[in-house]
Amino acid sequence: MYHPKMELTNDQQAILNGEKGPTLAKIMETIVRYGDIFDAKRLIKVTHGQGHLVTSFGIPLLKPVYKTMDEIIKSGLSVKEGFTMDPRPLDYKNVKCSALEKLVFNLILYGKQNDYESQLRKIGLSEKDAFSCACYLKEMGNIPEKGDILSWAESSAVNYANSVLGARCNRNSGMIDIFGSILGYVPEFGLLTDEGRMATWKVIIKTSKKPEAQILGSAIGMKVMEEVPYVIGLDKWLGNELNDTVKSYLKDFGAATASNGAVGLYHIDNLTPEAVELKEKLIVKDAKEYIIDDDELERVYKSYPIMWKNKNKSANLAFIGCPHLSMEQLYDWTDRIVKNLKQNNRKKVAIRTILCTAPAVKKEFEKTKQYHQLIESGAKLTCICPLMYTNNPLTKKRRIMTSSNKLRTYSIARYYKDEELIDIICGKEKK
Amino acid sequence: MKEFKGRVLASGYYKGKAIVSKQGVNTLATFQKSALMNKKQVIASDQNNQDIYGKNITGIALCLPMTIGSTTGGMVLQVVCSMGINPACLLFSEPIDSLAAAGVVLAKVWEKSNIIVVDKLGKDFLDAIKTDDIVEVKEDGTVNII
Repeated sequence: MYHPKMELTNDQQAILNGEKGPTLAKIMETIVRYGDIFDAKRLIKVTHGQGHLVTSFGIPLLKPVYKTMDEIIKSGLSVKEGFTMDPRPLDYKNVKCSALEKLVFNLILYGKQNDYESQLRKIGLSEKDAFSCACYLKEMGNIPEKGDILSWAESSAVNYANSVLGARCNRNSGMIDIFGSILGYVPEFGLLTDEGRMATWKVIIKTSKKPEAQILGSAIGMKVMEEVPYVIGLDKWLGNELNDTVKSYLKDFGAATASNGAVGLYHIDNLTPEAVELKEKLIVKDAKEYIIDDDELERVYKSYPIMWKNKNKSANLAFIGCPHLSMEQLYDWTDRIVKNLKQNNRKKVAIRTILCTAPAVKKEFEKTKQYHQLIESGAKLTCICPLMYTNNPLTKKRRIMTSSNKLRTYSIARYYKDEELIDIICGKEKK
Repeated sequence: MKEFKGRVLASGYYKGKAIVSKQGVNTLATFQKSALMNKKQVIASDQNNQDIYGKNITGIALCLPMTIGSTTGGMVLQVVCSMGINPACLLFSEPIDSLAAAGVVLAKVWEKSNIIVVDKLGKDFLDAIKTDDIVEVKEDGTVNII
């Protein structure tokens, strides 16, 4: 019997004592022990009941997860308000693979996908296509409000929800996300507290043009790691309104801070909700300082290692959209591809080009003329996670390029700035 | 002999070899390959961590500042504990991070794992210890480098 350090209500203690069944007791024990490690004083209610789960791939390696899911199903437990998931790993129609690659995907890497999705449906998967890392896009509809308490784990979604939406969520591990969602409680520590949301870094932007979101995020992530940055001077380039363009920028910026470092929350002066409300009161007195100018961004960009076996050859596959692209970004990328192909007297992209977006966004985008323009250019549109594609060791033979700093970090994909990437996929430049 | 004292997160006694990562250990990248292949021991597979890459980390004391990487990290720790191919001890110089903490708790509650975990051993601990050193870990969180 575990004796918690934190104070529990009578109801919570009863659950821990097993009065609502042994499985819920184990879930409670997990959440309480987790909170005790961080000296949480109590559990608090999850106020945004719709969950989001980070583990969306049926990799046979995760046997204990499937065992736990079975136990949850047998106990009749579920997430009452449902949940969305990170993206599915495979889409052979739009992301073609060799027979050997398919064999590795189907038998070794994601052989449990169908069984796992069947378990998820029984536990509360919102709908059959609720698979995107950007669950907070309006088409996906899992959008917490300012001050909401969440039980999520996907690092880029936690980062976005905390920073852009002003919700509250820690950087949890997989399984903690679903346990908190089933239980309806999470331990109060870290980014759930006012103190934990204070900025310990003051980042000052002094660039001569709008910084590329993914490189700026990477620079800040690598500098501050898991701490909270307050960014001054970015509103000069982004404005003071959280419109779709700015939200898309912050989505990519935030994902880079989370993957190149471990940032769960950032504040942008005069732009993000808590910074607008509290301004520089959010910065602790002895905050460290980081000044970012053009030279610093170039230094960070040039520091990215090129992991391809043959560094001198050109790319033969491009992935765009990690995290998943918003509708706004799909319009933008399509326009750029169409314009650049025309400038280069080409009708089709020069290399395999795959754009990744959320299923609900794809469905809406398919109704537009831009979708047909994109497909006519030879590019493909998918809803997979490109990281899960690169998990297959056979794909390492491909020279993958990307403008995603998250994909670069977790794979051997080579990073290119947006402009360089568009030139290459539209056949302007051969590197 | 040098003595250090940390916070006990999962207690136990261990005396044996240590392996040291001066940088954060990427849990998924380090454990994934051996676990996927159902190996009897984990040969660290993160090419970005040359401190431990290619070395066995099963059944010995893994000394590290923190874990890093994907938020699947906690589950991966649970998996290797369920397979019995986990390090005998995790000895953190820093306060444990939320992903490793989740992994330790998941392993304890759901797998009844006997992995030993001590954190807050301090930067001096990581400066002092070297791979292949013999360490003694006591139930009260005392760690001796012998």
